[in-house]
Amino acid sequence: MNKVIVVTSGKGGVGKTTTTAALGAALAATGQSVVVVDFDVGLRNLDLVMGAERRVVYDLINVVQGVAKLPQALIRDKRIDTLSLLPASQTRDKDALTEDGVARVIKELRTKFDWVICDSPAGIERGATLAMRFADTAIIVTNPEVSSVRDSDRIIGLLDSKTELAEKGERVEKHILITRYDPARAARGEMLNINDVLDILSLPLLGIIPESEEVLRASNVGTPVTLNDPKSAAAQAYRDAAARLRGQDVPMIVPADRKGLLDKLFGRRAA
Amino acid sequence: MSFLGLFRRRGSAPVARERLQILLAHERSSHGQSDLLSKLRDEILAVVAQHIAVDHDQVRVKLERGDKVSTLDIDIEVPHSAVALAGIR
Ligand SMILES: Nc1ncnc2c1ncn2[C@@H]1O[C@H](COP(=O)(O)OP(=O)(O)O)[C@@H](O)[C@H]1O
Ligand SMILES: [Mg+2]
Repeated sequence: MNKVIVVTSGKGGVGKTTTTAALGAALAATGQSVVVVDFDVGLRNLDLVMGAERRVVYDLINVVQGVAKLPQALIRDKRIDTLSLLPASQTRDKDALTEDGVARVIKELRTKFDWVICDSPAGIERGATLAMRFADTAIIVTNPEVSSVRDSDRIIGLLDSKTELAEKGERVEKHILITRYDPARAARGEMLNINDVLDILSLPLLGIIPESEEVLRASNVGTPVTLNDPKSAAAQAYRDAAARLRGQDVPMIVPADRKGLLDKLFGRRAA
Repeated sequence: MSFLGLFRRRGSAPVARERLQILLAHERSSHGQSDLLSKLRDEILAVVAQHIAVDHDQVRVKLERGDKVSTLDIDIEVPHSAVALAGIR
């Protein structure tokens, strides 16, 4: 069984790249082989979040154009040897990414890895549609906030029309991953509630990732949060989401309001 | 900063800063062109290809961009048949 997953959202800054790195690391830690692919041509960041930014030799476009062979462009993670990265190019022209080229690369990756996780650029343009084009499964990263939910809805429409599976009359399997969930704000009713989000988008929930300092720290040091802070709530939530992707039935943990508790114990601080 | 932040070990921001400085130094020096290491990589491979028929699958390139020192590590398997072939041409 090998699967091509696209991590997508429409909106930028919701946590796609963070999620790609964390889920990739969590799946690879189970011993399965995983490649994370950066589709954000011109604005690559997955290399930075994975801590491989100084080791980029060739990139996705080099492979698409035949300048390099796929194995030469893959960067093996130094911490988990079943995890690899295919970086996006930083400088070249976006149009260099052709549909045929992407099809070829994805097909080859499918033969080499159990999981191919594609980190989509923001937007609904070519980069985003190419990233989802050959996916079996989509993870729609959504923040509990109106514009993110609206953009997720647009992306769901594209997944149902512009993907290869949709054109064959089949369905891309779709999951919602709620990220940057702030329990304190949820408790105060300042944030869309999870059930509202799921009702509106009517898709199953893959996980709820709390807004957390550990995520920020992990990207500062270039280590996916599941490796850098394995005990954190965010790491646990990503590991659970990875287990659900593997078909396991894991109880959903709704992030608790820890900060709220501290506020109560030590008195409220100005935000 | 939360209450717990006061007790936490030194922040991760200095690491982020150093990583960015090194990365951006390399990216800026290249002005949207390939950087020196990528140029060396391409030219070395081109020269090698003039002498032997290189099979792309037998070439491994590793690169590590550092602060003071970078390394470029090119590992080419040269089958004797490839050398003989190039000699004839
Ligand atoms: N759960 C989280 N808690 C705190 N910060 C987060 C979380 N998820 C993402 N971020 C931060 O949000 C910003 C955008 O995340 P990123 O993964 O780059 O989003 P995208 O790829 O969707 O643009 C980054 O600074 C990242 O560190
Ligand atoms: Mg991103």
